[in-house]
Amino acid sequence: MSDLEEFRAEVRTWLEDNCPEEMRQPLASDAEHVWGGRKWEFSSDAQRVWFDRMVGKGWTAPAWPKEYGGGGMSADEHDVFKSEMNRINARSPVSNFGFWMLGPALLKFGSEEQKREHLPEIARGEIRWCQGYSEPNAGSDLASLKTSAEIDGDNFVVNGRKIWTSYADRADKMFCLVRTDPDAKKQAGISFILLDMDTPGVSTRPIQLISGESPFCETFFDDVRVPRANLVGEMNQGWTIAKYLLTHERDNIGGEPPGLLKGRDLAQMALEAVGADDQGRLDDPMLRADIARLEIDAMAFRALVEQTRAKAEAGEGVGARSAMLKYYGTELNKRRYNLMMDAMGGLGLEWESEQTGGGRYAREWLRSKGNSIEGGTSEIMLGIISSAVLELPKG
Amino acid sequence: MILNEEQQMLADLSERLFADKASVDTLRAIRGGRHDADYDTALWQAMVESGLTGILVPEAHGGMDFGLVSAGLVARETGRRLALTPFLSTAVLGAIAIGRAGHAEQQKQWLGPIAEGSLIVALAIDETGKHRPERVATQANAEGDAVTISGEKTLVVDGPNAGLFVVSAMHDGKPALFAVEAADSGVTVNAVTSIDTRSMANVRFDNAKAQRLDANDNAFDDVLNAGRAMLAMELVGLSRAVFERTLTYLTERKQFGLRIGAFQALQHRAAHLSVEIEISEAMAFQALAAFDAGAADATQQILAAKARAADTARLAAAEGVQMHGGMGMTDEFDIGFFMKRARAASELLGDANFCTERFAQAKGY
Repeated sequence: MSDLEEFRAEVRTWLEDNCPEEMRQPLASDAEHVWGGRKWEFSSDAQRVWFDRMVGKGWTAPAWPKEYGGGGMSADEHDVFKSEMNRINARSPVSNFGFWMLGPALLKFGSEEQKREHLPEIARGEIRWCQGYSEPNAGSDLASLKTSAEIDGDNFVVNGRKIWTSYADRADKMFCLVRTDPDAKKQAGISFILLDMDTPGVSTRPIQLISGESPFCETFFDDVRVPRANLVGEMNQGWTIAKYLLTHERDNIGGEPPGLLKGRDLAQMALEAVGADDQGRLDDPMLRADIARLEIDAMAFRALVEQTRAKAEAGEGVGARSAMLKYYGTELNKRRYNLMMDAMGGLGLEWESEQTGGGRYAREWLRSKGNSIEGGTSEIMLGIISSAVLELPKG
Repeated sequence: MILNEEQQMLADLSERLFADKASVDTLRAIRGGRHDADYDTALWQAMVESGLTGILVPEAHGGMDFGLVSAGLVARETGRRLALTPFLSTAVLGAIAIGRAGHAEQQKQWLGPIAEGSLIVALAIDETGKHRPERVATQANAEGDAVTISGEKTLVVDGPNAGLFVVSAMHDGKPALFAVEAADSGVTVNAVTSIDTRSMANVRFDNAKAQRLDANDNAFDDVLNAGRAMLAMELVGLSRAVFERTLTYLTERKQFGLRIGAFQALQHRAAHLSVEIEISEAMAFQALAAFDAGAADATQQILAAKARAADTARLAAAEGVQMHGGMGMTDEFDIGFFMKRARAASELLGDANFCTERFAQAKGY
C-alpha cells in the first residue's frame, strides 16, 4: 500500500469513528453552518463534538502547517482528505473568512509574528473574520477606495466606510484595505491591515437583501485607532495582497454550489416535482432540454476545472484562468438556480413555510443572483480576460 | 486531463505536419475542380508516411495502436486547417469498425490497407437527413452463409473514394453492421457536392454481397462514439482557428480612429467565446480519455463533448463572420469556410440537439 493509500485508510477510519451521524446530513438551513468566533453558540451537541474533535486534529485547516495549528497535509493528502470528507457527506466543522481568505494571505504575505498570532486562533475557530474591501463608491473600481488610514505615532487612524462586509455584525476581526497614500496612483496607495471589530469607533449596520436575509453589512470607521503592527506586508503594497485574495475568492465562488443544491441532482429534483411521462422522461420537454444543456455545460466546466488544477500541479502557468472559471462558474450557478425554480413551481413561491425550510428555494435562488456580482462582476471578469488573455487593445 | 509526453509529441508532430502540408488553397482548388481528387491527396500521403492513418490500427496490422486522445489531436488539426482527408472515415471509423467488429480474417484483409492508406473506408448508416442510427430500412438477407443487403444511405462521408463500406442494416429485427466492397455490382455511388467541400455521397445497395461485422456486440456504439468524439475535436480545432483569425482582425482593423478590439461590445463577446472554447476543448479531451479508459460514462461524456463543441464552433464561426463585418461575407476571406465546416461537422453523427437528448436519456430523465 502506498503512503497515500495508507493515509486514506487512516483518515477514513478516524472520520468513521469520530464524525457524528448528525454531521453527515446536508445542512437544513444556513443557520446550521458553524462560523466559530467569540460570540459563537453551538446549536447542538453534535456540532460541538465534531468541532472539538476536528480542532484537536488540526483538520479544520488541513493544509496549513502544523506549527500554525493546521493539519500539515501535502496537496495530495489534502485531496484525499477532501474526498474522504465528501464520501460520508461530512459537514465542515467550522469555516469563515479566516480560513478561506485571511489564512492563505498570511501564509503568503504575513510576518512570522502575525502567522503565530492569528493562524492558530483561526484554526481553533476562536476568531471569526470578515473582509473589508468594497466601499459605496468603490465596487467594480475597487482600487478607487477612499477609507483612509493616517499614521499617528504607533497607530493608524482609520476613517471611512466599507460595504458588503460579510457578517461584519457577527465577526470579531476584519482584514481591510485602506488608503495610506492619497497622492499615489490609485493602486499604489493601498495597504492591507487587520483590526478588531471591538475597537472604539467601529460600527456596523446589516443590509437586507432581496432574499430577505442580511449576510452583508455596512461598516463605519470613525477615528479608529489600529496598531501599526497590524499592517500585513509592506506599506502601500496592499493591492498585491488584495489581488491575490480576489483570485482566491474567485476560485471559491466559481466552485460547486453550496446550499440546497449541494450534492443533489437537479434532474432528480425535477422528476420528483414535475413528474415523468409514460416513458419515464421528465414531463416537461422544454425544461428537460434546458436541464440537459445545463448538465452538459456543468460537466464540461468541471473538465476545465480539473484540467486547470492538473496543469497547475504540473507547474504550468494557468494565468488568468481564475477569471474564466469565476465568470463561467457563477453564470452556470445562476442558470442552475433558475432551472431549480422552474422545476419547483409553487414550492418556489413559498417564502415562510416548513416544507421549504423557510422559503429556501426562493431565497437561495435570489441569493444566487449575487454570484456574478461579488468578487468581481462577470463584466469585470470578461474585461480581465480581454486584456490579460486575449491582449485586446485598450480603449 | 492533460497530455502525456507521447501525446504531446504527437500533438507537435500533427501541428507541424498540417501547418506544412494543409492549406486553404487546396480546399479552394478541390472546390473548383482543380485538384486531382476530391480530397487532399498530398496531405493524405504525408499522413500515411507519418503513420497517422494507422493511428488506431493494432501494431500486428502495421498500425500504431494509439487511443482516441491521440487520434483526436490529429482531428483537431483537420478542423483547424480546414483539411480535406479521409482521416475520420478511414483512420477512425473504418479502423474502429473493422478492428472491433471484424473477425480475424476480415481484420487481416482490411486493417493493413487502412494503415497503409491504400484503402478508403466509408461509414454508411444514415438514411434520412437527420442522424437516427436506430432508424434503418436497409435490410440484410441471409441465405445460408451468403448475406446480401438492400437499401439507400445518405451522408456517406468519403463515399466517392471508398473501397469498402461499413453499412448498417436490419438483421434479426435490429440494426447490425456489415462490410460491403465498393466494387460489388450491387453498389451505386452518387457523389454529392457538400457545403464544406467534404467528400460525400448517397449510396444505393441492391442485393449487394455483404459480410457480417459481428465479432463484438458493442462495436456499433464504439463506432458512433469514436466518430462523435473525433468530430468534437475537429469542431474544437476549427473554433480555435476561426477565433485566432477573428482576434487578429480585431487588433488590426480600425474604425472611429481606434482598433475595433478596443470596443467593449466586442471585447466581452470575444472573451466569452474564448471561455466557451476552453471549456469545450477540456470536455472533448476528457471524453476521449474516458473512451480510452473504457469508463462507464464514456458515452455520456462524448455526447456532451459533441453537443458542446458543435454549439461552440457555430458561435465561433458566427462571431467570426459578424466581427469581420462585410469582409466576413466575402468568399475571398476564409472565414466562411469555417462556418460551412462547423455546420457540417455539427450535423454529422448527431447534432447538438440529438446529442443533448441522448445525454438526458442516458442520465435517466
